[in-house]
Amino acid sequence: MIRRFNMFNLTSLTFGLAFLYLPLLLVVIYSFNDSRLVTVWGGFSTKWYGIVLNNDAYLEAAWITLRIAFVSATLATVLGTLSAVVMVRAGSFPGRTLFSGMIFAPLVMPEVVTGLSLLLLFVAIGLDRGFWTITIAHATFSMCYASVVISSRLASFDRSLEDAALDLGCTPLSAFRQVTLPVIAPAVISAWLLSFTLSLDDLVIATFTSGPGSTTLPMKLYSSVRLGVSPEINALSTMLIGIVTFGVIAASLINRRQERRQKQENRAAAAAA
Amino acid sequence: MRTSRRLLILLPYLWLGLFFLVPFLIVIKIALSDSVTASPPYAPTFSLDEGLAGLRASFAQFDFENFLWLAEDGIYLKAYLNSVKVAAIATLLTLLIGYPVAYAMAKAPQDWRKTLLLLVILPFWTSFLIRIYAWIGILKNEGFLNLALMKLGIIEQPLAIMHTEIAVYVGIVYSYLPFMILPLYASLERIDGRLLEAAEDLGCGALAAFRQITLPLSLPGVVAGCFLVFIPAIGEFVIPDLLGGSGTLMIGKTLWLEFFSNRDWGVAAAVAIVLLTILIVPIVLFQRHQQKHQEELG
Repeated sequence: MIRRFNMFNLTSLTFGLAFLYLPLLLVVIYSFNDSRLVTVWGGFSTKWYGIVLNNDAYLEAAWITLRIAFVSATLATVLGTLSAVVMVRAGSFPGRTLFSGMIFAPLVMPEVVTGLSLLLLFVAIGLDRGFWTITIAHATFSMCYASVVISSRLASFDRSLEDAALDLGCTPLSAFRQVTLPVIAPAVISAWLLSFTLSLDDLVIATFTSGPGSTTLPMKLYSSVRLGVSPEINALSTMLIGIVTFGVIAASLINRRQERRQKQENRAAAAAA
Repeated sequence: MRTSRRLLILLPYLWLGLFFLVPFLIVIKIALSDSVTASPPYAPTFSLDEGLAGLRASFAQFDFENFLWLAEDGIYLKAYLNSVKVAAIATLLTLLIGYPVAYAMAKAPQDWRKTLLLLVILPFWTSFLIRIYAWIGILKNEGFLNLALMKLGIIEQPLAIMHTEIAVYVGIVYSYLPFMILPLYASLERIDGRLLEAAEDLGCGALAAFRQITLPLSLPGVVAGCFLVFIPAIGEFVIPDLLGGSGTLMIGKTLWLEFFSNRDWGVAAAVAIVLLTILIVPIVLFQRHQQKHQEELG
């Protein structure tokens, strides 16, 4: 059993992590730069944060983006759970191959193609583009990710528990609610978080499916970034990096605690037996 | 029970049918239609008012004009070839950088591994756009890299990296590195340490043991990682748009420009179809590989 790092591995880890983090670190550090020149340090200041927080265009875009992410993640999780149940439990039904193809294909579809095809659909059926078209677009590709995450959990779930509930007179729906859902809950939560992040992050599909008055934060950020590096974008980026970092670390700590508790329970159960 | 089961299947089925399959058919239809200056800018438009006869009439107007246009204008062919080339080189670079990191993670003390895994995944959760933006500040002419190199006296003139293909490689490697590291780590971590001990006992050197045991056993991870980088990199838009210059032709960017700048929906749809045709081979190979690997494990 290896207890320590050797020199070679330590070096590759250091370089690898430096490569991953240095660019983001520079953005964070220079968001506190007093100077407007982005590569010259002019002293510590938080003034760019004030400017970003007073910029209504950014705030409005952020609000729309959060709403879209919330609604689309919820839709995607419901649809993803249903499709996971269908894939793992429904056995064979007509059109199963097509269904599994439609679950898999959006995962590997280039974003430009997904965006273009959805836009053409919305134009063809005459749906006004805006909040709902972006939400539908995001829910559609996120549900495939959600389905993959939930399927893997569902596949490892002991089916006899469900059968026992059914034998004891549970209806299939209440067996799902009272037995299956609590067991797959961590996967359902991860799927929601993943869908939420995918929606927050998406630029390409949102650009295709948005209409006037529904500019999301990535779209706003993209048009600013095209004009070059600026301290405001550094400040905005730092806020977003901070939120994500906090969220991911909190989620992983909760996850770890749950695992530890699970292990303790298993040990206690083994000791009792 | 029967109806509820049917309902359960029907809901996600209909959703995907309406928002994935139908849009896809519309893309095919528009790729076969003629471009016109109107809104929407293609003809014939699809309408159910005229019934089956109208449908047949609109089918009769389909032709391959948009595809011929793609074939005749060399710029599209160049964009496709360049996308494949850039994606392939970037994938190789990602593998070369990702392998030592994944290897070190798999060899790290047990209680470190979870933290390292989290550290590798964390940047991936940060906005894609911000990660690309971070590199603009580093690579541009008066950016951090050139400043540092000039201060160290390594170069006198700033290197022109921004708006070249090199910047696109950096962007792809950076953005997709976690996709490479995770499958590599998964396959490297699974390798039975006793195999390496046995090799050592039998007088095998560390390098030979790596070549004969670790490398072959990690191949499934290598293949999966390469597909996970190569497939999305081909259709990439944001990276070539923000980091590459006007000279960097990539097909995702071409489609975007065709749609948003030239407003030629027919050609944009045709570009999309050809892009998918190119992607089908690696996607099918990837799925086969995953299935085979799953079976071997299970």
